[in-house]
Amino acid sequence: MTDVRKLRPHTIIALVEDRPGVLNRIASKWRQRGFNIESLAVGHSEKVGLSRMTFVVDANVDANQVVRQLDKLVDVVDIRDISDQDIVSREMAMIKVRTDKTNRGQIIEIAELFQAEVVDVAPDAIILEATGREAKIDSLLRLLEDYEIIELCRTGKVAMLRGSAVSHPEPSEDEQYDRYPGQHTW
Amino acid sequence: MTTNDQKSGAQMVMEAFLREGVSTIFGVPGGANLPLYDVLPEYYPQIKHYLVKHEQSAAHAADAYARVTGKAGVCFGTSGPGATNLVTGIANAYMDSIPLVCVTGQVILALLGRDGFQEADIQGITIPITKHSELVLDVNDIPRVMQEAFHIATTGRPGPVLVDIPRDVFQKKGDFYWSDKVELRGYRVQTMPDPNEVAKAAELIERSEKPVLISGHGVIIAHAYDEIRELAEKGNMPVITTLLGIGGFPGTHPLYMGMPGMHGMYWNNIAISEADLVIGAGMRFDDRVTGRLKDFAPKADIIHIDIDPAEIGKNVRPAATLLGDAKISLQELNKLVVRKERPDWFSWLDEVRRDHPSITIRETDEVLPQFVIQKIYEATNGDCYVVTGVGQHQMWAAQYFWYDKPRSFITSGGLGTMGFEVPAAMGAQVAAPNDTVWSICGDGGFQMTLQELATIAEYEWPIKFAIMNNGTLGMVRQWQELFYEENTVATPLKNPDFVKLAEAFGILGLRAERKGEVESVIQQAMDHDGPVVIDFKVKYDENVFPMVPPGASLGETIDLPAHEPEKVAAG
Repeated sequence: MTDVRKLRPHTIIALVEDRPGVLNRIASKWRQRGFNIESLAVGHSEKVGLSRMTFVVDANVDANQVVRQLDKLVDVVDIRDISDQDIVSREMAMIKVRTDKTNRGQIIEIAELFQAEVVDVAPDAIILEATGREAKIDSLLRLLEDYEIIELCRTGKVAMLRGSAVSHPEPSEDEQYDRYPGQHTW
Repeated sequence: MTTNDQKSGAQMVMEAFLREGVSTIFGVPGGANLPLYDVLPEYYPQIKHYLVKHEQSAAHAADAYARVTGKAGVCFGTSGPGATNLVTGIANAYMDSIPLVCVTGQVILALLGRDGFQEADIQGITIPITKHSELVLDVNDIPRVMQEAFHIATTGRPGPVLVDIPRDVFQKKGDFYWSDKVELRGYRVQTMPDPNEVAKAAELIERSEKPVLISGHGVIIAHAYDEIRELAEKGNMPVITTLLGIGGFPGTHPLYMGMPGMHGMYWNNIAISEADLVIGAGMRFDDRVTGRLKDFAPKADIIHIDIDPAEIGKNVRPAATLLGDAKISLQELNKLVVRKERPDWFSWLDEVRRDHPSITIRETDEVLPQFVIQKIYEATNGDCYVVTGVGQHQMWAAQYFWYDKPRSFITSGGLGTMGFEVPAAMGAQVAAPNDTVWSICGDGGFQMTLQELATIAEYEWPIKFAIMNNGTLGMVRQWQELFYEENTVATPLKNPDFVKLAEAFGILGLRAERKGEVESVIQQAMDHDGPVVIDFKVKYDENVFPMVPPGASLGETIDLPAHEPEKVAAG
């Protein structure tokens, strides 16, 4: 059974109705399987009334089946696992680090290496804003481990396909139909 | 159709019912849904409401009504406990893909989320067990939400939809509207299968020397009875039906082989293990059907016909996938299927059937439950609806009764809800008022919902309840015997006198304790115009066979043990 439970992160993007309860429904399906949501980012999409979600889930090979179950939710307009596709992904982090006059310069130097911005400076602390791929933020954090990180918040990954490819193509007309054709009683 | 006049929220719900062809509601009133009950008389007699004694029964009755008619079942419950009592019934409908529209009352808008009296977040509670659910905050949304509810419940793979409406939203007034088309951009159903896959499937059938066709609930849901029969006859294939697929293919047809799986026929499980092609039509390769999954149909290619994309590849990897409506898919497939003679396969099957008489009833002194069910079959000629609960009696009702009519076997499959037998019989009787409804009950399950005998007496539904009274929770006891060293903890039942109990409700109670009494008691029940409760005192420790032990493969099916002559007591 070990290979069934082998988890790896999946990056999943979804276009969902912008209304209450949607997140609850999606989260519920992952919870049922015992998969943990590592990160989640939600915001408006290019389409009116629809939100775009990007979430990273620690899931086993069965993630695809859950994605198909999620696609059945009425409020989920489109959803796909883009883990194995050519994507651009970014994450933002704000990191509050303890500083004094002796190490402030070193921290700013590290920030510059990672093109992180200094967004707040106080006599005893500094806040850095870093944007980039997850791995870049992870390495920045590793370097800052030598100092005291007071607070950290990360937005979670947002992702889209490279090039002009549309992540959520419109369904074709012939996919739609009215009533269950088998139901003569209606 | 468009109308335009001011209606209250409650009236809008009822107007939506009229337009959706709803004629029957099961429910219980309470503080939060009183506005809905207040307007019920305005819609009588087009819409009839049946008051049940517990909301779980409302959901089960609506569920069985939907199974018999093919239309959506409707039930009402009030807020809080009324709504949570519906939960088991909703989960049951969800697991068995039954179209259900549940309308619950909710506390007033100002109290939402403030722990108001009788408040429960029923939308939240039912998220994992509904196809969709809505909490309506604005009266003007009601017509749209109701229309969407019926659309979602009845199309694609059907399922329950819950609509939760606060009391003051029921009372507010707004403009009623009704549109011709439901627009849901997140809801699409593919009904027409991919022609390439259809061609591939037809080729697999043509090439196959040892095919089996498994017909599931989807065939019944899609009314694809003629199509499955045509495929079986044209393709010349033996037909197995899943528990919920029973009745989708005629039970007395020469190609019919019965049920597969945990308590399926021995020959079916062996046939599946030997087959070179398994066609699953409108079924989901459930664990009770497949046994140990990795050894399921080891020699076979699989053709999977299903409307639910999430079912494809979930348990088995099909060689051809017909994603679509079962009726349409089978029609498309039938166009390409050619007849093929398979004398070796059929003679091998006959041989296995001869050597393994999975469902012979042995001669005993005690009354065997299988014997009772067989006698009911003989007395009715199978011309009735059979409703069951869950457990041993359910398996025997599936094994020892032949269902020729689609939708005539009403049982709780996926969720396995004991207590289903009483309220589901009510739903079936309302749906088929001129037919006989037999409810095969367990003595355990019957006592989970027997309060509905009061409802049955009130409405004079002539249901025949046959309690297989073995004084134990039989299936659990069987597992204790086989897998827990006969440690029969918490399974023996101290039962009431079911005859006196029936009489207390004003219902005819009968009893059969000896084999010789069985037939006459069944006849007496059939001759009686009203409801009847029959207490069949059956053998305590009879086991259901064949059986695939949990975790074993279909190839390891234990058949009915060899017939040892039983000690026959005097008298």
